Amino acid sequence: MKKALCALVFALGLGAASIASAALDAALVGKLAFGDNDEKIAAIRAFVAQGEAAAAPLLTALAEGQLQTAGERVLIVGDDGAIDAVSGEKVTPLPETRDDVIANNRVRGEVANAVAALRLLAPQREVRLKAVKELETGASVALLPLVKRAREKETDAEIRSALEQIAATIEVKSDDKATRLEAIRALAASDSPGTRSLLGSILLMQQGGRYVEPDEEVRRAAEESLKAVQGRLAWGERAGLLFAGVSLGSILLLAALGLAITYGLMGVINMAHGELIMIGAYATYVVQNLVRAYAPGAFDAYLLAAIPAAFITSGLVGMALERSVIRYLYGRPLETLLATWGISLMLIQAVRTLFGAQNVQVENPSWMSGGIQLLANVVLPWNRIMIIGFAALVVIAVGLLLTRTRLGLFVRGVTQNRAMASCVGVPTARVDTWAFGLGSGVAGLAGCALSQVGNVGPDLGQAYIVDSFMVVVFGGVGQLAGTVVAALGLGFINKLLESWSGAVIAKIAVLVFIVLFIQKRPQGLFALKGRAVEA
Amino acid sequence: MPVLNLAVPEGHPLYMSTFLVTLSGKIMCYAIVALAMDLIWGFAGILSLGHGLFFALGGYAMGMYLMRQIGRQGQYQSELPDFMVFLDWKELPWHWWMSDQFWWAMLLVVAVPGLLAFGFGYLAFRSRIKGVYFSIITQALTFATMLLFFRNETGFGGNNGFTDFKRLLGFDVTAPQTRVVLFAVTGATLLAALLLGRWLVTSKFGRVLAAIRDAETRIMFCGYNTLHYKLFIWTLSAVLCGIAGALYVPQVGIINPSEMSPANSIEIAIWVAVGGRGTLVGAIAGAGIVNAAKSIFTVAFPEYWLYFLGLLFILVTLFLPNGVVGLLRSKSRSAESAA
Repeated sequence: MKKALCALVFALGLGAASIASAALDAALVGKLAFGDNDEKIAAIRAFVAQGEAAAAPLLTALAEGQLQTAGERVLIVGDDGAIDAVSGEKVTPLPETRDDVIANNRVRGEVANAVAALRLLAPQREVRLKAVKELETGASVALLPLVKRAREKETDAEIRSALEQIAATIEVKSDDKATRLEAIRALAASDSPGTRSLLGSILLMQQGGRYVEPDEEVRRAAEESLKAVQGRLAWGERAGLLFAGVSLGSILLLAALGLAITYGLMGVINMAHGELIMIGAYATYVVQNLVRAYAPGAFDAYLLAAIPAAFITSGLVGMALERSVIRYLYGRPLETLLATWGISLMLIQAVRTLFGAQNVQVENPSWMSGGIQLLANVVLPWNRIMIIGFAALVVIAVGLLLTRTRLGLFVRGVTQNRAMASCVGVPTARVDTWAFGLGSGVAGLAGCALSQVGNVGPDLGQAYIVDSFMVVVFGGVGQLAGTVVAALGLGFINKLLESWSGAVIAKIAVLVFIVLFIQKRPQGLFALKGRAVEA
Repeated sequence: MPVLNLAVPEGHPLYMSTFLVTLSGKIMCYAIVALAMDLIWGFAGILSLGHGLFFALGGYAMGMYLMRQIGRQGQYQSELPDFMVFLDWKELPWHWWMSDQFWWAMLLVVAVPGLLAFGFGYLAFRSRIKGVYFSIITQALTFATMLLFFRNETGFGGNNGFTDFKRLLGFDVTAPQTRVVLFAVTGATLLAALLLGRWLVTSKFGRVLAAIRDAETRIMFCGYNTLHYKLFIWTLSAVLCGIAGALYVPQVGIINPSEMSPANSIEIAIWVAVGGRGTLVGAIAGAGIVNAAKSIFTVAFPEYWLYFLGLLFILVTLFLPNGVVGLLRSKSRSAESAA
């Protein structure tokens, strides 16, 4: 807050410095410095009513305890000397005896509000736009004259309409019925959730059957406006929900895609899959640190190096596991489950030993922060959009790899009929290793993506293992398309339920749903047809 | 052992500390769970990753009774358990009905895991879910229930669970005498479970189970309805777990949702695998060996316990498919043939 105040004072200050010599009203400054709290607030409001932009540094100084008095004079005492509050001239030497001007919380709140309002008159468009956004909720009656004046002076259409909305939210509380009515009708054009609750509060019934708003006509107008606002907001909410669903779905998809290869195609129950994701995330962390240490200028591009690094690291670990342990357990799924669980425990502990048990910090590159403002109440963050795109790319790449390359042909051949594939000269053992490495590498890619949206810690993988298995099983084992549909579907259902019942219940409901679904249709959504399924 | 704790004076070489009594009581509870796991996994070939759930449910049923036994001695001196006062609840939720009656608690200990297992097993086995699929959905079930119990609104104390127990049937739970009695009851239960298990697996029923494990399709074509067999042993196994959980809670003094974490359930499988699948004694031995090792490791080198456990998982599945008991048996057999 303090920082924000300073920043805006600075922004104003550049414009105001030249006119600082245009002296402030000495009587008001006096009231601010010597008066009691009520007088101080009155003075602040007076500055706002005058639209005195040059008063901003003075007000900020008051809020931050930099305002002092020496006799009759009022001084702003900063780190580099003092200036006279009225004339804005430098005061040297500093008078010996000075008294602090004390501001309590009420005064400070008033100052914050006033400074924001004064920014409405700033010459820069961005500063005004920010000020408008801040005032959208909680503008007080005292600001009304200033807001109106700003509206008249405003040339930018967007800020102008926002100012009209702010004026309307203030005038809704007016005593005059016609003003209220007009304000309420103006609010119908709003698309902010704050307006919705404001209009809702007008329609509330108090205890004893009396309405907050006594006038019937005004109530009817409020109802109509509310309907208009709600209609507009509902679209935004629907769009937001859809986006959240797709976003969660893409994360699930990335996490499950590797498993769709190792479990779905090869039939290996890899409980260490989550840990391969975790290794990918840590590989991203290491690359980030290396780039920061040796090429700080290229920090924004570190992800380009991290993606192959994550893929290769996880892929190599996966291939090593396949060669050393999993290979000896083909055809014994329950034993594979236990052994890979053991592997996952060791990997977790190894990461703890290497990097510590605490979460590590992976920063987004700057081009991934921020987002697109779709509607007033919907912002699509860049990192989520990137992950959706990334997931799509990975799915396409894996799909092409499996259907269009020699390795993909071998993998499918070995999956369908190992003995026959071996007979026609496919090196089945090597294909197994490569396929497992590919699945693990994709898990590493998932880890790289997850590091951009969540915490990176040794337990990262544990959170995804149950979900990943659910997605693969739900989609149907051995079906890439099934995995895609299942991931997006589950992500969407999860978010939909979440908006009704909260995150935990939604998650439980989804798990129970899948458990019941598997009872009904053990082969998953997209089943392989034919007798081979039973085997 | 318990006698050594009470009758032998402290400082005597044969004296057993209360800590050791509690520890071995705890391990015996685990042994009952391992036994239950062995019945379903070793003999019927169904790997459950949900036994931690049944164990915790039994524990929670007992915990509810113990919470009510605290009475007004809690921190807030209320009739309600402390966490409810903390959440500003005015009365007990419906599922706490009758929870101050011991017999009701005992009924819940058996009925809740039993009914859940019966319902779940009926659905799963009827649609012929087996193998890894079954393992994964039991894991999902356990995970979902854990999330549910983590919530304060569920009415089981959220992530803190139940603790600070004072009395059991009017006796002080922390008193050495009570602990010794609990120890003895646990021991007796373990023995009874072992005898029951032995009787079951050596009877015709046990042979059908083994047949299901080795060739389920064939036994179905022979005219057996495998659903009934699997469902019975699955439910029995869950009930045994529930009882073990109920004995575990007053000895350890705490129950919280982390008992249901998927990791715990998988660990149960490794006890059985270490001891030897398909041998009841092996399961008990495995629970003892792994947990004794855990007690030593986590005190002496806490850093390395997970490495050790992970290695145990890998080595046992790769090199010791029949566990320690299997190893000993094959040793003695080869010794016999040599002689």
